Amino acid sequence: MNRTKASRLLQQLIFVGPSTLFFALIMIIPFLLGLYYSFTNWNGVSSQVQWVGLDNFITIFTNDTKFRDAFWFTTRFTVLGVLLTNVLGFFLAYLLTKPLKTRNVLRTLFFMPNVIGGLLLGFIWQFIFVKSFAAIGDLTNLAFFNLPWLGTKGTAFWAIVIVFVWQTAGYLMVIYISSLNNVPKDILEAAEIDGASRGQILRSIIIPLVMPAVTVCLFLAISWSFKMFDLNLSLTKGGPFGSTESVAMNIYYEAFTNNRLGLGTAKAVIFFVVVAIITSLQVRFTKRKEVEA
Amino acid sequence: MDTVRKYRAGTFVTEIIMIIAALIFLIPFYFLFVNSVKTFGDLLRDSAAWPSAMEWGNYARAWTTINFTAAFWNSVIVTVASNLLLALISSMTAYQLVRRDSRFNRLLFALFVAAMVIPFQSIMIPLVKVTAAIGLTNSLPGLIVCYLGFGVPLSVFLFHGFTKSIPLEIEEAATVDGSSPYGVFFRIVFPLMKPMFVTVIILNTLWIWNDYLLPSLILSSEHLRTIPIATFALFGQYTKQWDLALPALVLGILPIILFFLLMQKYIIEGITSGAVKG
Repeated sequence: MNRTKASRLLQQLIFVGPSTLFFALIMIIPFLLGLYYSFTNWNGVSSQVQWVGLDNFITIFTNDTKFRDAFWFTTRFTVLGVLLTNVLGFFLAYLLTKPLKTRNVLRTLFFMPNVIGGLLLGFIWQFIFVKSFAAIGDLTNLAFFNLPWLGTKGTAFWAIVIVFVWQTAGYLMVIYISSLNNVPKDILEAAEIDGASRGQILRSIIIPLVMPAVTVCLFLAISWSFKMFDLNLSLTKGGPFGSTESVAMNIYYEAFTNNRLGLGTAKAVIFFVVVAIITSLQVRFTKRKEVEA
Repeated sequence: MDTVRKYRAGTFVTEIIMIIAALIFLIPFYFLFVNSVKTFGDLLRDSAAWPSAMEWGNYARAWTTINFTAAFWNSVIVTVASNLLLALISSMTAYQLVRRDSRFNRLLFALFVAAMVIPFQSIMIPLVKVTAAIGLTNSLPGLIVCYLGFGVPLSVFLFHGFTKSIPLEIEEAATVDGSSPYGVFFRIVFPLMKPMFVTVIILNTLWIWNDYLLPSLILSSEHLRTIPIATFALFGQYTKQWDLALPALVLGILPIILFFLLMQKYIIEGITSGAVKG
């Protein structure tokens, strides 16, 4: 009896031990330490770390316009980016589920930007905006291409939105394609025989049936855009004048450039709370949809 | 969907429009490749034109400037090692969590699920302190350990869902035939999990290979740089030297593009099943 108990314990240790150890070391301990440091004036240099209570949070909410600007930028970017990438992703998927001869190749091409990391993509697009757009502008005389894309606040915002949509739409397209392929064919045939127009079929049959995919795609896009860091680090470095600085970037600069690690962790805690709220709302929404589907 | 309608005139028009759209979509790659083989003067004069002469020397200079050989192998080592270890420990953990439904295991699984919500930037600051304290900084094995910690929640979650679909009868039969719990897992369950291994490895590869922030915090030595870090360092050092930067970017994206083209069937399947379960 005792031996089986020991061997069960050993098995638990071997199967669960390693992943639990790494998980605790890399995620749980830093997370808990972060909660603690958010109430201190830790600067990374002096060994004295003092408890300052809610001071960091008070500073952030009352006296940190850059953080507020970063939050506002991230929110605007998330709303627009999520909306546009989902519309484009769905639209591509809808057209690529038609019996096109080249659809497999097209699917591959539209997906391709996604396998490249945000950092390298940002650098590639920096060249496109600075040099290539000017060249296209000279050829076509379109004002759109002659804008100072990375030079002004308004256009830099849209530049990041464009690259984000270009990068992520293909990923969402893949998910929408698989969902569209699961729409029962007999329902579509019946609707067509009954004389429903293509618009009616799309609105009344296809879109309701792909709602579970919509919620998954919304969730993915929100989490990518809200946590964005690499892309605007390489594309705009948060500029011009900090106008495209995301929350993630603001936390990074506060901690590793300004060396105010206590203040940085307080921002990180706020960031976590906001992400957790958005995500849990989204998951609840997804669950409700799953029952219907 | 597709068998409902046949190939009609309208489909042909859609096909043409989509091909044009795809070409527009890929224009950035045209600019990238074409300008990567131009001389600096040629590039400044007109970045849309075809190069007047192929300047392949750009690539040789970029290769040595970013030390591409080292960066490539560092990226490969980190991605492959993290992937194999992650797949192994996560599948074992998920299996145990499903088959030994104890209170501790249920709590642990809830923790893994909850941790998926935590954004990396929320814990990166104390993480730097923790990794320094236990000697994980500035080493590839240290970076790999970090990827294990960050990768475990999603990987366990995906394997957990999959393990529940494996019928218990097969395992019971093997136990009756005298197989140990380890034998049951490695000889019977492990091979059955193959589709989920593909999904988990694909998702983790795209993440780890392209990751910039974590390695930038962990690694500082030049000879340990992965591809994203080497590229970032190049841009910090040689601003606006496009005849050097563009070939470096082409070199940087080439391995993952080739991986994608070779594995695209699995990648697209992996993303679909990862999204449905995640």
